[in-house]
Amino acid sequence: MNAPSPQSLGEQRAVLSARGLSRRFGGFLAVNNVDIDVFHGEIHALIGPNGAGKTTVFNLLTKFLQPTAGKITLMGEDITSTSPDRVARMGLVRSFQISAVFPHLTVLDNVRVALQRPNGLAHQFWRPMSALDTLTGKADALLTTVGLMRERDALAADLSYGRKRVLEIATTLALDPKVLLLDEPLAGMGQEDITAIAGLIRSVAKTRAVLMVEHNLSVVADICDRVTVLQRGEILAAGDYATVSQDPQVRTAYMGREED
Amino acid sequence: MAEIHTSTVPSDALDDRSVSKAEITARRLALIAGLLLLLVAPFLIYPVFIMKVLCFALFAAAFNLLIGYTGLLSFGHAAFFGGAAYFTAHSVKEWGVPPELGILIGTAGGAALGLIMGFFAIRRQGIYFSMITLSLAQMFFFFCLQAKFTHGEDGIQSVPRGHLFGFIDLNQPIAMYYTVAAIFLIGVFIIWRFVHSPFGMILKSIRENEQRAISLGYSVARYKLGAFVMSAALAGLAGGTKALVFQFATLTDVGWQTSGEVILMTLLGGIGTMLGPILGSAIVVMLGNYLATTGFPVTIITGAVFMICVLVFRRGVVGELAASRIGRKFGLARWL
Repeated sequence: MNAPSPQSLGEQRAVLSARGLSRRFGGFLAVNNVDIDVFHGEIHALIGPNGAGKTTVFNLLTKFLQPTAGKITLMGEDITSTSPDRVARMGLVRSFQISAVFPHLTVLDNVRVALQRPNGLAHQFWRPMSALDTLTGKADALLTTVGLMRERDALAADLSYGRKRVLEIATTLALDPKVLLLDEPLAGMGQEDITAIAGLIRSVAKTRAVLMVEHNLSVVADICDRVTVLQRGEILAAGDYATVSQDPQVRTAYMGREED
Repeated sequence: MAEIHTSTVPSDALDDRSVSKAEITARRLALIAGLLLLLVAPFLIYPVFIMKVLCFALFAAAFNLLIGYTGLLSFGHAAFFGGAAYFTAHSVKEWGVPPELGILIGTAGGAALGLIMGFFAIRRQGIYFSMITLSLAQMFFFFCLQAKFTHGEDGIQSVPRGHLFGFIDLNQPIAMYYTVAAIFLIGVFIIWRFVHSPFGMILKSIRENEQRAISLGYSVARYKLGAFVMSAALAGLAGGTKALVFQFATLTDVGWQTSGEVILMTLLGGIGTMLGPILGSAIVVMLGNYLATTGFPVTIITGAVFMICVLVFRRGVVGELAASRIGRKFGLARWL
């Protein structure tokens, strides 16, 4: 079965793209020959049933996993064998499926830790902690953007699940990434938070590229410009939501069931 | 929007969470009391004993920088401590360098050993990390056993203390004592500053969630290596100072038992607290000194203490105090 190649829109160049991405775990081919292109100013959804390999694709793209085969380029640069922290410094920043915050730091400090490196305050071991006070203004601005100002001085561990996800998005935005990879950013959130965060993702995508794994199809339909459907590690369909959702294969494999 | 909030940020907060005025005063008073104690101690207690405690306390505090603030359990810290003792002793005795330079050479030697050991160990996790540090430290032990300059089983004996900065005669016990006390304070201050610095903040975040720290663009291995080298350098500072105090450097200080002893000291006092390792080393050194005169085997007692510590108060003396009802009431965890 050959995967449909992703369509390209005119002269637009992909910020992040992968060709023939594969990853084998022992005898199990978790990701098989995946092509994907993520464009500036767009939200690209990666959907598919559980175990389809969405998170593995994320791990491969962010280099937390080394692909068995294939090539990844970020803004024209080959990052196939680059380390994950270097990829992050180049502007490809991810969030995690299981909420990744620093639990015993305050909400403010979570954001300030993210701000330290881009602001050149990451290696000074001789300066007092108060050197970080200069980052507080920026951190507060970010917390205001995502609506976390009220929880600013609470420990991240004490936040509810949904608020932790919001905090994670705030820390990710602190790096001002070129490409934002969000692994199920809306999972476990109440409807109120979903509306707010979907709006937030939409507004941040205006100036960068976003790739997100998401199960909530109404949100995908709402905010995503492009959809790639994965099944058993392979691309089943790709295109805009209307096209993909009409695809008979997709309907039987995934959406038909979900939309009942 | 942002400007409104920045003006309300407390600028005098020492830590991440705001600290009350009374607490800062209490902290300052405790610090002054500690300094006074250090000042008058040689007139109340046998100075050589306190100097031994201070050397081991700095050693344990340096070790704690790694286990307590970076989450790495090194089983090879004796190499830095004992190695630095050899470097200082050799440079002072054979090359005739002044004591301050001798101690610096010991510290630099400890840091260099730390860089080599850290380079090999840092990418491994948990027990593998500990085993690599142990095996490299054992290799260094055999090097010290075989190398000419260490004089093998005899060690380097009768190391001259010399004159600090050319005019302070360290053969005067009181001069030696205050020098050691000053070195101890400088070392502990460096550790305190290191932990409470922008760098220390990143270390803390790595300890909290390593994957997240990587995804924020931090090269975790470099931060760990930085902490490892700093810890090794300060262990070297302690070892070099000890060589001057006791005027010898022997194989005991590079042996794995010393690596074990520093773990015991830190665990007993309280991992991840500033004061814990200092108190822990005082207890262990005291125990050793008293038992040495009774003829009762020291290792049995320290072994029993170790077991009791692990079984009953895992947080160590200081850690348990901070976690107790009184400790929580006064927020001791923040400044012990």
